[in-house]
Amino acid sequence: MEQFLVEPVLGRHIVIGGYDLSFTNSALFMVVVFVLLAVFMAGGLKRQLVPGRWQVAAESVISFIDNMMQVNIGPEGKKFAPYIFSIFMFILFANLVGVLPLAIVPGLHTFAVTSHITVTAVLAFLSFGIVLAVGFWRHGLHFFSLFVPHGAPAWLMPVIIPVEFVSFMVRPFSLGLRLFVAMTAGHILLEVFGSFVVQGLNAGGPLGIVVSILSFVMIIGVSALELLVCAIQAYVFALLTSLYLNDAVHLH
Amino acid sequence: MTDLGAMYIGAGLAAIGVGLAALGVGNVFGSFLEGALRNPGAADGQQGRLFIGFAASELLGLIAFVVAILILFVVK
Repeated sequence: MEQFLVEPVLGRHIVIGGYDLSFTNSALFMVVVFVLLAVFMAGGLKRQLVPGRWQVAAESVISFIDNMMQVNIGPEGKKFAPYIFSIFMFILFANLVGVLPLAIVPGLHTFAVTSHITVTAVLAFLSFGIVLAVGFWRHGLHFFSLFVPHGAPAWLMPVIIPVEFVSFMVRPFSLGLRLFVAMTAGHILLEVFGSFVVQGLNAGGPLGIVVSILSFVMIIGVSALELLVCAIQAYVFALLTSLYLNDAVHLH
Repeated sequence: MTDLGAMYIGAGLAAIGVGLAALGVGNVFGSFLEGALRNPGAADGQQGRLFIGFAASELLGLIAFVVAILILFVVK
């Protein structure tokens, strides 16, 4: 489980006012993700009349998010597209950087930024905060009518309002938890099968070799699944954020 | 039974939930495919809902996984 350890990059803690403000490997990989993202977008936004491959790649992601906003929120969704796009791309790049198999080179292993709930929870609370801000900005105190479904009989209200309230308040937690657990589980799974390969080779004998080979085949399969999960989790995060924004904009 | 043994049994029981969530996810995609093959024209418009169902059902499996991890590593 050492791959999840957050430690200062140069081994030196910088403590200011009782807080450890060291530049950790988590922060380092966030910077890496940011640089990759900046390079990708800078190369893709050349606005050529006949786009090259790079520009098509960038534009297809942009139009994908734009389309998602259009479908889920409607014409008013356009102004949220930059936020959803940034969060989608950050999560996607962070997930993909996290599963890069660079650990083949000794002493170098990538750090999955999104496998820590502190990071994903901040992203989730950011989304939730924007939902609350938009809701109260547009509807004022009328926003609380989100907890009262249309057409429910009056005698059901004492039950249904607490239920709706809880299901609303649990959203940021489920949003952050889903991303964090999906990434952590994938990394643990790869590590478990990796340790099977090593232990099988150490045990020796025909059975040990068979176990190693089967585990290695499994690693290849799980890695492919991980790439899928990386993309799906980024998509689901963006999709759910846009659905919650739709609730805030349109109140059911 | 020792506490450690009870812990492992509890974590194993929690892992049943992960398998059940697998049934749920399979059901979501299977039903979607069934509907999509009957009416391929309407399938593309429903992909958002497909992933909402996937996310909701996957979340329960992930929560079961978290419970197993909590039992194994956090509960003393």
